[in-house]
Amino acid sequence: MSMDRRRFLGITAATMSGTLLAACNKNPRSAARLLALAERSNESVERAIFRHDTMDRVPASARVAGKDFPKYFVSDTMPIWDPAVRGVWRLEVSGAVRRPLSLTLDDLMKLPRVTQKVDHFCVEGWNARATWSGVRMSDLARVAEPTADAQYVDFAGFDQDYHESWDMESAMHPLTLVAYGMDGRLLGAPHGAPARVHSPVKLGYKNTKYLTRIVFMPARNGGYWSDQGYEWYGGT
Amino acid sequence: MTRSPTLVRRTHWVIRLTHWINVVAIVVMAGSGLRIFNAYPAFARPGESFPLNPWEGHAIPASLTFGRWLGGARHWHFAMMWLLVANALLYLGFLFLHGEWRDVVPRRGDARDALQMIRFYLFVRKDHPHQGKHNALQKSAYFAMPILGAIIVLSGLAIWKPITLGVLTALFGGYKWARFVHFVAMTLLLLLALVHVFMVFAVDPYSLRSMVTGWYDEARSPEARNARPFYHLVAPAKGPAAKGPVR
Repeated sequence: MSMDRRRFLGITAATMSGTLLAACNKNPRSAARLLALAERSNESVERAIFRHDTMDRVPASARVAGKDFPKYFVSDTMPIWDPAVRGVWRLEVSGAVRRPLSLTLDDLMKLPRVTQKVDHFCVEGWNARATWSGVRMSDLARVAEPTADAQYVDFAGFDQDYHESWDMESAMHPLTLVAYGMDGRLLGAPHGAPARVHSPVKLGYKNTKYLTRIVFMPARNGGYWSDQGYEWYGGT
Repeated sequence: MTRSPTLVRRTHWVIRLTHWINVVAIVVMAGSGLRIFNAYPAFARPGESFPLNPWEGHAIPASLTFGRWLGGARHWHFAMMWLLVANALLYLGFLFLHGEWRDVVPRRGDARDALQMIRFYLFVRKDHPHQGKHNALQKSAYFAMPILGAIIVLSGLAIWKPITLGVLTALFGGYKWARFVHFVAMTLLLLLALVHVFMVFAVDPYSLRSMVTGWYDEARSPEARNARPFYHLVAPAKGPAAKGPVR
């Protein structure tokens, strides 16, 4: 009996201290490897169950966040495109495409417009609704004609060197927009003016604001937050 | 060491293995979940209110969390979830195939037996009610735990994939409510687990042995000791079992 109890105490102590150690210290290298493996496996599961016909179910009567929609950027001050300094804003679409594009805001607005009230899912846990207007990424791709090499898309902006790369399937989801309007107005500077990526199929940090470049690529290109340890896939 | 005649093989190794894996998995899942929660410790959407949570906006003490930062906690949460689910499926599959679901699924008369256990614990009733492997209160707790676990897993999937699994998210009433259900069910499960651990040490510490080695001395069962929390905790060293419970 006492042997059993002693052995039990030993096992319990080992288990508990292992858990506590893991809690207090940096992840040991073996744990980091396991977590990286889990992230890769999760990504393949997520990509396998991803569908282009799964939609966001925001009721038409739902309230939009409006002025309470969180405003965020990584620069010290809010990035504002000043044409006097930077010239006319243009969206460059390049990389593995047959027809590279360089679009002004007017050019962008001439493309088929979509308006949708959808969620914005932040990695922190909140969701906020807004009515976004813009061009579907899939429509933009139809114009730029990506080649067979284009497996990933990188979205970069002028909020320092912010960018996030996506898998092609998520970028081509009908809910994924290059948005220039929000709640019936032109996009404001706090939300990424003149244009940003917006899609409920990815977490907020994947939705590059202050957009200037869309690059179709054969390989993924990481991203501002993805490179700092958040999941690269970041899908919802 | 001679074996007491009242010593019985009580806990199957599958139950023991899944129990201890569960301890680790639930501690990591709850700790990392609370760290994730702390990144936005509220259920209301920005600009809205959520009267059901009196602590809206208040973070969980960091010492109770696991994973150090939001991204790290998410990695642990989304890795450990597979172990938790695989372990739960092994446990439930075993329970089903091995017939041991009978130990935890409530049956007619359990409500009455549970009431008798409460009367006994409150000193209204003098002698320990007769019981099988578990008393009626234990049975209801062990039955509720996998149900809460299923709610936690489903609401967790609904939060993880609110677009791809949007049908599931809608079943919970949307993303915000799925998050709330996930949190409340987790809290209830942790409370049950805390009560469970308390009762192990306060009423039946001998059951620790069976959860590690599988062996249980029925002469030391709470029924044989007439044990309430902290009462008759230590079994008499010698002497025949006055009334060993019948399995």
